[in-house]
Amino acid sequence: MPTSVNSAFRFFRRTTSLLVGSLVLAAILLGVVLVPLLVRTEPVLMDMARPLLPPSWTVLFGTDDLGRDLLSRVLHGGRTSLLIGLEVMLLTGLFGTAIGLVTGYFERVDLVVMRLMDILMAFPSLLLAIAILTIMPGNPFGVVIALTVVYTPRTVRVVRSVVLSTAEEGYVEAARAVGVSTRTILVRHILPGVIPSLVVQETFLFAYAILGEAGLSFVGVGIQPPLPSWGNIMGDARALLREAPWLLFFPGMGIMLTVLSLNLIGDGLRDALDPKRARLKA
Amino acid sequence: MVRYILRRVLVLIPTWFAIGILAFFLIRLAPGDPAAIILGTEGLAGIEQVHQRLGLDRPLLVQLSGWLVNAARGDLGDSFFLGRSVSEAILERIPVTLSLAFLSIGIAVIIGVPLGIAAALRPNSARDTSIMGVSLLGLSLPEFFTGLILIYVFSVALGWMPAGGYEPLSSGVVPWARHLLMPSFALGFLQSARIARMTRSSMLEVLNSDYVRTARAKGLWESRVVWKHALRNAILPVVTVVGMVFALLLSGAFITEVLFRLPGAGNLIISAVKRRDYPIAQGGLLVFSTAVLVINMVVDLLYVYIDPLIKYQ
Repeated sequence: MPTSVNSAFRFFRRTTSLLVGSLVLAAILLGVVLVPLLVRTEPVLMDMARPLLPPSWTVLFGTDDLGRDLLSRVLHGGRTSLLIGLEVMLLTGLFGTAIGLVTGYFERVDLVVMRLMDILMAFPSLLLAIAILTIMPGNPFGVVIALTVVYTPRTVRVVRSVVLSTAEEGYVEAARAVGVSTRTILVRHILPGVIPSLVVQETFLFAYAILGEAGLSFVGVGIQPPLPSWGNIMGDARALLREAPWLLFFPGMGIMLTVLSLNLIGDGLRDALDPKRARLKA
Repeated sequence: MVRYILRRVLVLIPTWFAIGILAFFLIRLAPGDPAAIILGTEGLAGIEQVHQRLGLDRPLLVQLSGWLVNAARGDLGDSFFLGRSVSEAILERIPVTLSLAFLSIGIAVIIGVPLGIAAALRPNSARDTSIMGVSLLGLSLPEFFTGLILIYVFSVALGWMPAGGYEPLSSGVVPWARHLLMPSFALGFLQSARIARMTRSSMLEVLNSDYVRTARAKGLWESRVVWKHALRNAILPVVTVVGMVFALLLSGAFITEVLFRLPGAGNLIISAVKRRDYPIAQGGLLVFSTAVLVINMVVDLLYVYIDPLIKYQ
Protein backbone atom coordinates (compact mmCIF):
# COMPACT_ATOMS: atom_id res chain seq x y z
CA MET A 1 0.00 0.00 0.00
CA PRO A 2 1.40 3.45 -0.86
CA THR A 3 2.75 5.47 2.03
CA SER A 4 0.36 8.38 1.61
CA VAL A 5 -2.59 6.06 2.14
CA ASN A 6 -0.86 4.56 5.18
CA SER A 7 -0.18 7.91 6.79
CA ALA A 8 -3.74 8.89 6.04
CA PHE A 9 -4.83 5.78 7.97
CA ARG A 10 -2.50 6.74 10.78
CA PHE A 11 -3.81 10.24 11.06
CA PHE A 12 -7.35 8.95 10.79
CA ARG A 13 -6.75 6.42 13.52
CA ARG A 14 -5.11 8.83 15.92
CA THR A 15 -7.75 11.51 15.62
CA THR A 16 -10.68 9.09 15.56
CA SER A 17 -9.53 7.19 18.63
CA LEU A 18 -9.22 10.46 20.57
CA LEU A 19 -12.47 11.78 19.17
CA VAL A 20 -14.56 8.63 19.58
CA GLY A 21 -13.10 7.99 23.04
CA SER A 22 -13.83 11.52 24.24
CA LEU A 23 -17.35 11.51 22.81
CA VAL A 24 -18.26 8.18 24.42
CA LEU A 25 -16.75 9.19 27.75
CA ALA A 26 -18.51 12.58 27.62
CA ALA A 27 -21.84 10.86 26.93
CA ILE A 28 -21.35 8.47 29.85
CA LEU A 29 -20.30 11.30 32.19
CA LEU A 30 -23.28 13.38 31.14
CA GLY A 31 -25.66 10.50 31.75
CA VAL A 32 -24.14 9.66 35.11
CA VAL A 33 -23.98 13.25 36.35
CA LEU A 34 -27.24 14.64 34.98
CA VAL A 35 -29.74 11.84 34.63
CA PRO A 36 -30.02 10.87 38.30
CA LEU A 37 -31.51 14.35 38.64
CA LEU A 38 -34.02 13.62 35.88
CA VAL A 39 -34.93 9.98 36.52
CA ARG A 40 -37.52 10.04 39.24
CA THR A 41 -37.23 6.44 40.46
CA GLU A 42 -34.76 6.14 43.28
CA PRO A 43 -32.10 3.41 42.90
CA VAL A 44 -33.13 1.80 46.15
CA LEU A 45 -36.88 2.19 45.72
CA MET A 46 -38.41 -1.29 45.74
CA ASP A 47 -41.66 -2.19 44.06
CA MET A 48 -42.55 -5.81 44.74
CA ALA A 49 -45.46 -5.55 42.31
CA ARG A 50 -43.11 -5.50 39.34
CA PRO A 51 -40.08 -7.72 39.89
CA LEU A 52 -37.90 -8.85 36.96
CA LEU A 53 -39.62 -6.86 34.22
CA PRO A 54 -37.69 -7.23 30.94
CA PRO A 55 -36.57 -4.04 29.17
CA SER A 56 -39.47 -2.23 27.47
CA TRP A 57 -40.51 1.30 26.60
CA THR A 58 -41.89 1.93 30.07
CA VAL A 59 -38.86 0.54 31.93
CA LEU A 60 -35.97 1.01 29.49
CA PHE A 61 -33.48 -1.33 31.19
CA GLY A 62 -36.07 -3.48 33.00
CA THR A 63 -36.28 -4.08 36.76
CA ASP A 64 -34.42 -6.35 39.17
CA ASP A 65 -35.71 -9.03 41.55
CA LEU A 66 -36.75 -6.39 44.08
CA GLY A 67 -38.60 -4.36 41.43
CA ARG A 68 -35.97 -1.62 41.38
CA ASP A 69 -35.54 0.30 38.14
CA LEU A 70 -32.30 -0.89 36.51
CA LEU A 71 -31.71 2.28 34.45
CA SER A 72 -31.67 4.33 37.62
CA ARG A 73 -29.42 1.81 39.35
CA VAL A 74 -26.98 1.65 36.44
CA LEU A 75 -26.71 5.44 36.32
CA HIS A 76 -26.21 5.72 40.07
CA GLY A 77 -23.84 2.76 39.99
CA GLY A 78 -21.88 4.48 37.23
CA ARG A 79 -21.57 7.49 39.48
CA THR A 80 -19.96 5.34 42.18
CA SER A 81 -17.68 3.49 39.76
CA LEU A 82 -16.50 6.62 37.92
CA LEU A 83 -15.97 8.54 41.15
CA ILE A 84 -13.81 5.75 42.54
CA GLY A 85 -11.86 5.56 39.28
CA LEU A 86 -11.34 9.31 39.35
CA GLU A 87 -10.19 9.33 42.97
CA VAL A 88 -7.77 6.47 42.40
CA MET A 89 -6.42 8.23 39.31
CA LEU A 90 -5.84 11.49 41.20
CA LEU A 91 -4.30 9.83 44.25
CA THR A 92 -1.97 7.54 42.30
CA GLY A 93 -1.03 10.54 40.15
CA LEU A 94 -0.21 12.60 43.22
CA PHE A 95 1.69 9.93 45.17
CA GLY A 96 3.23 8.38 42.07
CA THR A 97 4.61 11.73 40.89
CA ALA A 98 5.94 12.74 44.30
CA ILE A 99 7.63 9.39 44.92
CA GLY A 100 8.82 9.06 41.33
CA LEU A 101 10.40 12.55 41.32
CA VAL A 102 12.27 11.99 44.56
CA THR A 103 13.43 8.44 43.85
CA GLY A 104 14.47 9.28 40.31
CA TYR A 105 16.54 12.23 41.46
CA PHE A 106 18.16 10.98 44.68
CA GLU A 107 20.07 7.78 44.14
CA ARG A 108 20.06 6.71 47.79
CA VAL A 109 16.32 7.07 48.20
CA ASP A 110 15.92 5.19 44.94
CA LEU A 111 17.61 2.06 46.23
CA VAL A 112 15.27 1.77 49.20
CA VAL A 113 12.02 2.94 47.65
CA MET A 114 12.30 0.84 44.51
CA ARG A 115 12.83 -2.31 46.59
CA LEU A 116 9.65 -1.39 48.42
CA MET A 117 7.83 -0.92 45.10
CA ASP A 118 9.14 -4.30 43.90
CA ILE A 119 7.74 -5.91 47.03
CA LEU A 120 4.35 -4.29 46.51
CA MET A 121 4.37 -5.37 42.86
CA ALA A 122 5.19 -8.96 43.81
CA PHE A 123 1.89 -9.25 45.67
CA PRO A 124 -1.00 -10.45 43.54
CA SER A 125 -2.63 -7.07 43.03
CA LEU A 126 -6.31 -7.76 43.67
CA LEU A 127 -5.58 -10.20 46.50
CA LEU A 128 -3.51 -7.44 48.13
CA ALA A 129 -6.44 -5.09 47.61
CA ILE A 130 -8.78 -7.57 49.31
CA ALA A 131 -6.44 -7.87 52.28
CA ILE A 132 -6.29 -4.08 52.63
CA LEU A 133 -10.08 -3.87 52.25
CA THR A 134 -10.70 -6.14 55.23
CA ILE A 135 -9.02 -3.50 57.39
CA MET A 136 -11.73 -1.00 56.42
CA PRO A 137 -14.79 -3.15 55.79
CA GLY A 138 -17.86 -1.57 54.21
CA ASN A 139 -16.22 1.78 53.58
CA PRO A 140 -16.28 2.96 49.93
CA PHE A 141 -13.13 4.99 50.53
CA GLY A 142 -11.43 1.76 51.59
CA VAL A 143 -11.75 0.62 47.97
CA VAL A 144 -10.05 3.84 46.85
CA ILE A 145 -7.19 3.37 49.32
CA ALA A 146 -6.73 -0.31 48.46
CA LEU A 147 -6.58 0.36 44.71
CA THR A 148 -4.29 3.36 45.23
CA VAL A 149 -1.79 1.26 47.20
CA VAL A 150 -1.92 -1.45 44.55
CA TYR A 151 -1.55 0.81 41.51
CA THR A 152 0.81 3.57 42.74
CA PRO A 153 3.99 1.54 41.97
CA ARG A 154 3.02 1.54 38.27
CA THR A 155 2.92 5.34 38.16
CA VAL A 156 6.14 5.57 40.17
CA ARG A 157 7.90 3.45 37.55
CA VAL A 158 6.76 5.63 34.67
CA VAL A 159 7.62 8.92 36.40
CA ARG A 160 10.95 7.63 37.66
CA SER A 161 12.11 6.48 34.23
CA VAL A 162 11.41 9.93 32.75
CA VAL A 163 13.15 11.66 35.68
CA LEU A 164 16.21 9.43 35.30
CA SER A 165 16.63 10.40 31.65
CA THR A 166 15.77 14.09 32.15
CA ALA A 167 18.20 14.51 35.05
CA GLU A 168 21.03 13.83 32.61
CA GLU A 169 19.95 16.62 30.23
CA GLY A 170 22.23 19.63 29.69
CA TYR A 171 19.73 22.18 30.93
CA VAL A 172 19.31 20.40 34.25
CA GLU A 173 23.07 20.20 34.59
CA ALA A 174 23.29 23.93 33.80
CA ALA A 175 20.61 24.82 36.35
CA ARG A 176 22.47 22.86 38.98
CA ALA A 177 25.76 24.55 38.04
CA VAL A 178 24.38 28.04 38.53
CA GLY A 179 23.06 27.06 41.95
CA VAL A 180 19.34 26.65 41.39
CA SER A 181 17.81 24.93 44.40
CA THR A 182 16.98 21.24 44.14
CA ARG A 183 13.30 21.92 44.72
CA THR A 184 13.16 24.40 41.86
CA ILE A 185 15.02 22.00 39.58
CA LEU A 186 12.57 19.22 40.36
CA VAL A 187 9.45 21.33 40.02
CA ARG A 188 10.37 23.79 37.27
CA HIS A 189 12.81 21.85 35.12
CA ILE A 190 12.05 18.15 35.51
CA LEU A 191 8.33 17.97 36.31
CA PRO A 192 7.16 19.56 33.02
CA GLY A 193 8.97 16.81 31.10
CA VAL A 194 7.15 14.18 33.13
CA ILE A 195 3.67 15.51 32.37
CA PRO A 196 3.05 13.90 28.93
CA SER A 197 3.91 10.36 30.06
CA LEU A 198 2.04 10.94 33.30
CA VAL A 199 -1.14 12.01 31.53
CA VAL A 200 -1.05 8.93 29.30
CA GLN A 201 -0.31 6.63 32.24
CA GLU A 202 -3.08 8.06 34.42
CA THR A 203 -5.64 7.72 31.61
CA PHE A 204 -4.91 3.99 31.46
CA LEU A 205 -4.87 3.86 35.25
CA PHE A 206 -8.37 5.35 35.38
CA ALA A 207 -9.44 2.39 33.23
CA TYR A 208 -7.57 -0.10 35.44
CA ALA A 209 -9.16 1.34 38.57
CA ILE A 210 -12.65 0.98 37.12
CA LEU A 211 -11.91 -2.64 36.19
CA GLY A 212 -10.40 -3.25 39.65
CA GLU A 213 -13.36 -1.81 41.51
CA ALA A 214 -15.77 -3.76 39.29
CA GLY A 215 -13.95 -7.04 39.95
CA LEU A 216 -13.77 -6.50 43.72
CA SER A 217 -17.42 -5.49 43.95
CA PHE A 218 -18.44 -8.36 41.67
CA VAL A 219 -17.02 -10.94 44.09
CA GLY A 220 -18.64 -9.07 46.98
CA VAL A 221 -15.69 -7.48 48.78
CA GLY A 222 -15.71 -4.01 47.17
CA ILE A 223 -18.56 -1.51 47.26
CA GLN A 224 -21.32 -2.85 49.52
CA PRO A 225 -25.05 -2.61 48.77
CA PRO A 226 -27.30 -0.66 49.09
CA LEU A 227 -24.83 1.75 47.43
CA PRO A 228 -24.91 0.51 43.82
CA SER A 229 -21.82 0.12 41.64
CA TRP A 230 -21.56 -1.57 38.26
CA GLY A 231 -19.62 -4.43 39.80
CA ASN A 232 -21.98 -5.15 42.69
CA ILE A 233 -25.12 -4.90 40.53
CA MET A 234 -23.60 -7.66 38.38
CA GLY A 235 -22.47 -9.65 41.41
CA ASP A 236 -25.98 -9.54 42.90
CA ALA A 237 -27.57 -10.61 39.62
CA ARG A 238 -25.21 -13.51 38.92
CA ALA A 239 -27.73 -16.10 40.05
CA LEU A 240 -30.39 -14.54 37.83
CA LEU A 241 -28.46 -14.97 34.57
CA ARG A 242 -31.06 -17.36 33.20
CA GLU A 243 -34.16 -15.40 34.24
CA ALA A 244 -32.95 -11.83 33.80
CA PRO A 245 -29.82 -11.51 31.65
CA TRP A 246 -30.46 -7.79 31.23
CA LEU A 247 -29.41 -7.24 34.85
CA LEU A 248 -25.90 -8.29 33.83
CA PHE A 249 -25.86 -6.88 30.31
CA PHE A 250 -26.44 -3.18 31.03
CA PRO A 251 -23.94 -2.65 33.87
CA GLY A 252 -21.45 -4.82 31.94
CA MET A 253 -21.82 -2.57 28.91
CA GLY A 254 -21.34 0.43 31.19
CA ILE A 255 -17.97 -0.91 32.35
CA MET A 256 -16.92 -1.94 28.86
CA LEU A 257 -17.80 1.36 27.17
CA THR A 258 -16.13 3.43 29.89
CA VAL A 259 -12.93 1.40 29.86
CA LEU A 260 -12.91 1.29 26.05
CA SER A 261 -13.30 5.06 25.80
CA LEU A 262 -10.48 5.58 28.30
CA ASN A 263 -8.23 3.17 26.39
CA LEU A 264 -9.01 4.99 23.13
CA ILE A 265 -8.20 8.34 24.73
CA GLY A 266 -5.00 6.91 26.23
CA ASP A 267 -3.88 5.55 22.85
CA GLY A 268 -4.71 8.83 21.11
CA LEU A 269 -2.93 10.89 23.75
CA ARG A 270 0.14 8.67 23.55
CA ASP A 271 0.23 9.20 19.78
CA ALA A 272 -0.11 12.94 20.20
CA LEU A 273 2.07 13.57 23.28
CA ASP A 274 4.70 10.90 23.03
CA PRO A 275 5.50 10.60 19.32
CA LYS A 276 8.73 8.68 19.79
CA ARG A 277 7.08 5.76 21.55
CA ALA A 278 3.85 6.05 19.61
CA ARG A 279 5.53 5.42 16.26
CA LEU A 280 5.96 1.81 17.29
CA LYS A 281 3.34 1.27 19.95
CA ALA A 282 0.19 2.64 18.37
CA MET B 1 26.26 -17.18 34.32
CA VAL B 2 26.32 -19.23 37.51
CA ARG B 3 27.41 -16.17 39.47
CA TYR B 4 24.61 -14.13 37.95
CA ILE B 5 22.00 -16.71 38.95
CA LEU B 6 23.51 -16.93 42.41
CA ARG B 7 23.31 -13.18 42.86
CA ARG B 8 19.69 -13.05 41.72
CA VAL B 9 18.80 -15.77 44.21
CA LEU B 10 20.62 -13.94 47.00
CA VAL B 11 18.67 -10.74 46.34
CA LEU B 12 15.50 -12.81 46.50
CA ILE B 13 16.04 -13.75 50.16
CA PRO B 14 15.63 -10.34 51.84
CA THR B 15 12.75 -9.52 49.48
CA TRP B 16 11.07 -12.77 50.47
CA PHE B 17 11.35 -11.94 54.18
CA ALA B 18 10.00 -8.44 53.61
CA ILE B 19 7.00 -9.88 51.78
CA GLY B 20 6.40 -12.32 54.62
CA ILE B 21 6.50 -9.54 57.23
CA LEU B 22 4.12 -7.36 55.20
CA ALA B 23 1.70 -10.25 54.64
CA PHE B 24 1.76 -11.12 58.34
CA PHE B 25 0.88 -7.63 59.57
CA LEU B 26 -1.57 -6.87 56.76
CA ILE B 27 -3.69 -9.89 57.62
CA ARG B 28 -3.60 -9.07 61.35
CA LEU B 29 -4.57 -5.42 60.90
CA ALA B 30 -8.11 -6.44 60.00
CA PRO B 31 -10.58 -6.16 62.86
CA GLY B 32 -12.05 -9.42 64.13
CA ASP B 33 -10.73 -12.27 66.23
CA PRO B 34 -10.51 -15.76 64.73
CA ALA B 35 -11.02 -17.24 68.19
CA ALA B 36 -14.35 -15.43 68.51
CA ILE B 37 -15.35 -16.76 65.08
CA ILE B 38 -14.46 -20.31 66.14
CA LEU B 39 -16.47 -20.00 69.36
CA GLY B 40 -19.32 -18.51 67.36
CA THR B 41 -22.52 -17.61 69.14
CA GLU B 42 -21.88 -19.82 72.15
CA GLY B 43 -20.24 -16.91 73.91
CA LEU B 44 -16.69 -15.95 74.59
CA ALA B 45 -16.20 -18.05 77.71
CA GLY B 46 -13.28 -20.16 76.57
CA ILE B 47 -11.61 -17.52 74.45
CA GLU B 48 -8.37 -17.58 76.46
CA GLN B 49 -7.91 -21.29 75.84
CA VAL B 50 -8.61 -20.91 72.12
CA HIS B 51 -6.06 -18.09 71.91
CA GLN B 52 -3.57 -20.32 73.63
CA ARG B 53 -4.30 -23.27 71.35
CA LEU B 54 -3.89 -21.14 68.20
CA GLY B 55 -0.76 -19.48 69.58
CA LEU B 56 -2.40 -16.06 69.43
CA ASP B 57 -1.57 -15.31 73.07
CA ARG B 58 2.13 -14.93 72.31
CA PRO B 59 3.60 -11.49 71.52
CA LEU B 60 3.21 -10.52 67.84
CA LEU B 61 6.93 -10.47 67.15
CA VAL B 62 7.34 -13.97 68.57
CA GLN B 63 4.48 -15.19 66.38
CA LEU B 64 6.01 -13.46 63.35
CA SER B 65 9.53 -14.81 63.77
CA GLY B 66 8.26 -18.29 64.53
CA TRP B 67 6.09 -18.27 61.42
CA LEU B 68 8.81 -16.90 59.14
CA VAL B 69 11.48 -19.33 60.34
CA ASN B 70 9.12 -22.28 59.85
CA ALA B 71 7.96 -20.93 56.49
CA ALA B 72 11.55 -20.73 55.30
CA ARG B 73 11.78 -24.46 56.08
CA GLY B 74 8.61 -25.06 54.08
CA ASP B 75 6.24 -25.40 57.05
CA LEU B 76 3.43 -22.85 56.86
CA GLY B 77 1.58 -24.05 59.95
CA ASP B 78 -1.99 -25.31 60.32
CA SER B 79 -5.25 -23.71 59.25
CA PHE B 80 -7.48 -22.40 62.07
CA PHE B 81 -10.63 -23.79 60.46
CA LEU B 82 -9.87 -26.54 57.96
CA GLY B 83 -8.24 -28.98 60.36
CA ARG B 84 -5.24 -29.47 58.10
CA SER B 85 -1.92 -27.88 57.28
CA VAL B 86 -1.70 -24.79 55.09
CA SER B 87 0.60 -26.55 52.62
CA GLU B 88 -1.92 -29.38 52.21
CA ALA B 89 -4.78 -26.98 51.63
CA ILE B 90 -2.82 -24.96 49.04
CA LEU B 91 -1.35 -28.02 47.30
CA GLU B 92 -4.83 -29.45 46.90
CA ARG B 93 -5.93 -26.29 45.06
CA ILE B 94 -2.82 -25.85 42.93
CA PRO B 95 -3.83 -28.23 40.08
CA VAL B 96 -6.97 -26.16 39.45
CA THR B 97 -5.08 -22.88 39.45
CA LEU B 98 -2.27 -24.24 37.28
CA SER B 99 -4.67 -25.84 34.78
CA LEU B 100 -6.52 -22.57 34.40
CA ALA B 101 -3.31 -20.55 34.08
CA PHE B 102 -1.73 -22.85 31.47
CA LEU B 103 -4.86 -23.14 29.34
CA SER B 104 -5.44 -19.39 29.47
CA ILE B 105 -1.90 -18.54 28.50
CA GLY B 106 -2.07 -21.11 25.70
CA ILE B 107 -5.22 -19.50 24.32
CA ALA B 108 -3.74 -16.02 24.75
CA VAL B 109 -0.55 -16.91 22.85
CA ILE B 110 -2.35 -18.82 20.07
CA ILE B 111 -4.65 -15.85 19.43
CA GLY B 112 -2.31 -13.01 20.30
CA VAL B 113 0.98 -13.77 18.56
CA PRO B 114 -0.35 -14.46 15.02
CA LEU B 115 -2.66 -11.44 15.18
CA GLY B 116 0.21 -9.25 16.34
CA ILE B 117 2.41 -10.46 13.47
CA ALA B 118 -0.39 -10.03 10.94
CA ALA B 119 -0.93 -6.46 12.12
CA ALA B 120 2.78 -5.62 12.05
CA LEU B 121 3.28 -6.90 8.49
CA ARG B 122 0.89 -4.24 7.14
CA PRO B 123 1.31 -1.38 9.62
CA ASN B 124 -1.46 1.21 9.62
CA SER B 125 -3.45 -0.67 7.00
CA ALA B 126 -7.12 -1.47 7.36
CA ARG B 127 -6.14 -4.95 8.59
CA ASP B 128 -3.84 -3.51 11.26
CA THR B 129 -6.46 -1.01 12.36
CA SER B 130 -9.15 -3.63 12.73
CA ILE B 131 -6.88 -6.10 14.59
CA MET B 132 -5.81 -3.37 16.98
CA GLY B 133 -9.43 -2.30 17.37
CA VAL B 134 -10.49 -5.80 18.39
CA SER B 135 -7.56 -6.06 20.80
CA LEU B 136 -8.56 -2.77 22.39
CA LEU B 137 -12.04 -4.18 22.86
CA GLY B 138 -10.48 -7.26 24.48
CA LEU B 139 -8.58 -5.06 26.93
CA SER B 140 -11.82 -3.28 27.86
CA LEU B 141 -13.93 -6.35 28.63
CA PRO B 142 -13.70 -7.41 32.27
CA GLU B 143 -13.06 -11.17 32.38
CA PHE B 144 -16.21 -11.77 34.41
CA PHE B 145 -18.35 -10.05 31.77
CA THR B 146 -16.82 -12.19 29.00
CA GLY B 147 -17.34 -15.21 31.25
CA LEU B 148 -21.01 -14.35 31.86
CA ILE B 149 -21.62 -13.90 28.13
CA LEU B 150 -20.00 -17.30 27.48
CA ILE B 151 -22.11 -18.93 30.20
CA TYR B 152 -25.27 -17.34 28.82
CA VAL B 153 -24.60 -18.45 25.24
CA PHE B 154 -23.04 -21.89 25.72
CA SER B 155 -24.62 -23.08 28.97
CA VAL B 156 -27.97 -21.34 29.31
CA ALA B 157 -29.03 -20.92 25.68
CA LEU B 158 -27.30 -23.83 23.92
CA GLY B 159 -26.67 -26.14 26.86
CA TRP B 160 -23.34 -27.33 25.43
CA MET B 161 -21.09 -26.51 28.37
CA PRO B 162 -21.27 -26.80 32.16
CA ALA B 163 -21.78 -23.37 33.73
CA GLY B 164 -19.26 -24.01 36.47
CA GLY B 165 -17.51 -26.50 38.70
CA TYR B 166 -14.37 -28.54 38.19
CA GLU B 167 -13.39 -32.08 37.25
CA PRO B 168 -9.80 -33.18 37.95
CA LEU B 169 -7.66 -34.40 35.08
CA SER B 170 -7.71 -37.87 36.63
CA SER B 171 -11.41 -38.27 35.72
CA GLY B 172 -10.58 -37.81 32.03
CA VAL B 173 -9.30 -35.14 29.68
CA VAL B 174 -12.71 -34.35 28.18
CA PRO B 175 -14.61 -33.55 31.40
CA TRP B 176 -11.57 -31.60 32.64
CA ALA B 177 -11.39 -29.56 29.44
CA ARG B 178 -15.15 -29.02 29.31
CA HIS B 179 -15.07 -27.37 32.71
CA LEU B 180 -12.01 -25.26 32.00
CA LEU B 181 -12.58 -24.15 28.40
CA MET B 182 -14.91 -21.23 29.10
CA PRO B 183 -13.03 -19.81 32.10
CA SER B 184 -9.73 -20.13 30.21
CA PHE B 185 -11.17 -18.38 27.21
CA ALA B 186 -12.61 -15.55 29.33
CA LEU B 187 -9.17 -14.96 30.84
CA GLY B 188 -7.17 -15.75 27.71
CA PHE B 189 -9.10 -13.40 25.45
CA LEU B 190 -8.25 -10.46 27.70
CA GLN B 191 -4.58 -11.42 27.82
CA SER B 192 -4.37 -12.19 24.09
CA ALA B 193 -5.08 -8.50 23.47
CA ARG B 194 -2.08 -7.55 25.58
CA ILE B 195 0.14 -10.10 23.81
CA ALA B 196 -1.06 -9.05 20.33
CA ARG B 197 -0.16 -5.42 21.03
CA MET B 198 3.26 -6.33 22.37
CA THR B 199 3.99 -8.67 19.44
CA ARG B 200 2.96 -5.99 16.97
CA SER B 201 5.14 -3.24 18.41
CA SER B 202 8.13 -5.53 18.86
CA MET B 203 7.76 -6.92 15.32
CA LEU B 204 7.47 -3.41 13.87
CA GLU B 205 10.65 -2.35 15.61
CA VAL B 206 12.56 -5.32 14.19
CA LEU B 207 11.12 -4.97 10.69
CA ASN B 208 12.46 -1.39 10.58
CA SER B 209 15.96 -2.44 11.62
CA ASP B 210 19.08 -2.44 9.48
CA TYR B 211 19.62 -6.19 9.37
CA VAL B 212 16.13 -6.80 8.06
CA ARG B 213 16.74 -4.20 5.36
CA THR B 214 20.02 -5.99 4.55
CA ALA B 215 18.25 -9.34 4.38
CA ARG B 216 15.70 -7.88 2.00
CA ALA B 217 18.44 -6.20 -0.06
CA LYS B 218 20.18 -9.55 -0.42
CA GLY B 219 17.07 -10.63 -2.26
CA LEU B 220 15.81 -13.10 0.33
CA TRP B 221 12.20 -14.17 0.09
CA GLU B 222 9.97 -12.04 2.23
CA SER B 223 8.69 -15.10 4.10
CA ARG B 224 12.25 -16.06 5.01
CA VAL B 225 12.99 -12.51 6.15
CA VAL B 226 9.92 -12.47 8.37
CA TRP B 227 10.15 -15.94 9.87
CA LYS B 228 13.91 -16.45 10.10
CA HIS B 229 15.30 -12.97 10.66
CA ALA B 230 12.59 -10.84 12.17
CA LEU B 231 10.46 -13.13 14.30
CA ARG B 232 13.30 -14.66 16.27
CA ASN B 233 14.35 -11.24 17.47
CA ALA B 234 10.88 -9.84 17.84
CA ILE B 235 9.84 -12.66 20.15
CA LEU B 236 12.11 -11.48 23.01
CA PRO B 237 9.90 -8.80 24.55
CA VAL B 238 6.93 -11.08 23.95
CA VAL B 239 8.57 -13.67 26.23
CA THR B 240 8.68 -11.06 28.98
CA VAL B 241 5.02 -10.23 28.54
CA VAL B 242 4.06 -13.90 28.51
CA GLY B 243 5.96 -14.35 31.77
CA MET B 244 4.24 -11.34 33.32
CA VAL B 245 0.85 -12.54 32.14
CA PHE B 246 1.53 -15.99 33.57
CA ALA B 247 2.38 -14.53 36.97
CA LEU B 248 -0.77 -12.44 36.75
CA LEU B 249 -2.88 -15.47 35.88
CA LEU B 250 -1.54 -17.55 38.74
CA SER B 251 -2.70 -15.04 41.26
CA GLY B 252 -5.19 -12.77 39.54
CA ALA B 253 -7.56 -15.43 38.31
CA PHE B 254 -9.66 -15.52 41.46
CA ILE B 255 -12.53 -13.50 39.97
CA THR B 256 -12.83 -16.14 37.25
CA GLU B 257 -12.52 -18.86 39.91
CA VAL B 258 -15.42 -17.30 41.82
CA LEU B 259 -17.55 -16.87 38.69
CA PHE B 260 -17.09 -20.46 37.47
CA ARG B 261 -17.06 -21.95 40.98
CA LEU B 262 -13.58 -23.38 40.45
CA PRO B 263 -11.99 -24.61 43.70
CA GLY B 264 -8.70 -22.81 43.03
CA ALA B 265 -6.17 -21.21 45.32
CA GLY B 266 -7.57 -17.70 44.84
CA ASN B 267 -10.93 -18.82 46.19
CA LEU B 268 -9.18 -20.42 49.16
CA ILE B 269 -7.31 -17.23 50.08
CA ILE B 270 -10.40 -15.01 49.77
CA SER B 271 -12.43 -17.16 52.13
CA ALA B 272 -9.47 -17.32 54.52
CA VAL B 273 -9.14 -13.52 54.55
CA LYS B 274 -12.87 -13.21 55.18
CA ARG B 275 -12.99 -15.49 58.23
CA ARG B 276 -9.56 -14.44 59.55
CA ASP B 277 -7.88 -17.79 58.98
CA TYR B 278 -4.48 -16.13 59.48
CA PRO B 279 -2.24 -19.09 58.55
CA ILE B 280 -3.98 -19.72 55.21
CA ALA B 281 -4.30 -16.03 54.34
CA GLN B 282 -0.72 -15.00 55.10
CA GLY B 283 0.67 -18.30 53.83
CA GLY B 284 -1.27 -17.99 50.58
CA LEU B 285 -0.13 -14.42 50.01
CA LEU B 286 3.46 -15.48 50.70
CA VAL B 287 3.32 -18.49 48.36
CA PHE B 288 1.86 -16.50 45.46
CA SER B 289 4.20 -13.54 45.88
CA THR B 290 7.10 -15.99 45.92
CA ALA B 291 5.79 -17.52 42.71
CA VAL B 292 5.66 -14.06 41.11
CA LEU B 293 9.24 -13.34 42.21
CA VAL B 294 10.50 -16.66 40.89
CA ILE B 295 8.69 -16.30 37.56
CA ASN B 296 10.11 -12.81 37.10
CA MET B 297 13.56 -14.17 37.78
CA VAL B 298 13.12 -17.07 35.38
CA VAL B 299 11.93 -14.66 32.68
CA ASP B 300 15.03 -12.52 33.20
CA LEU B 301 17.27 -15.59 32.98
CA LEU B 302 15.45 -16.81 29.88
CA TYR B 303 16.03 -13.42 28.35
CA VAL B 304 19.76 -13.71 28.90
CA TYR B 305 19.69 -17.19 27.43
CA ILE B 306 17.74 -16.23 24.28
CA ASP B 307 19.52 -12.97 23.55
CA PRO B 308 23.30 -13.33 23.36
CA LEU B 309 23.61 -9.52 23.26
CA ILE B 310 22.48 -9.10 26.86
CA LYS B 311 25.47 -9.34 29.14
CA TYR B 312 24.79 -10.50 32.64
CA GLN B 313 27.00 -8.98 35.27
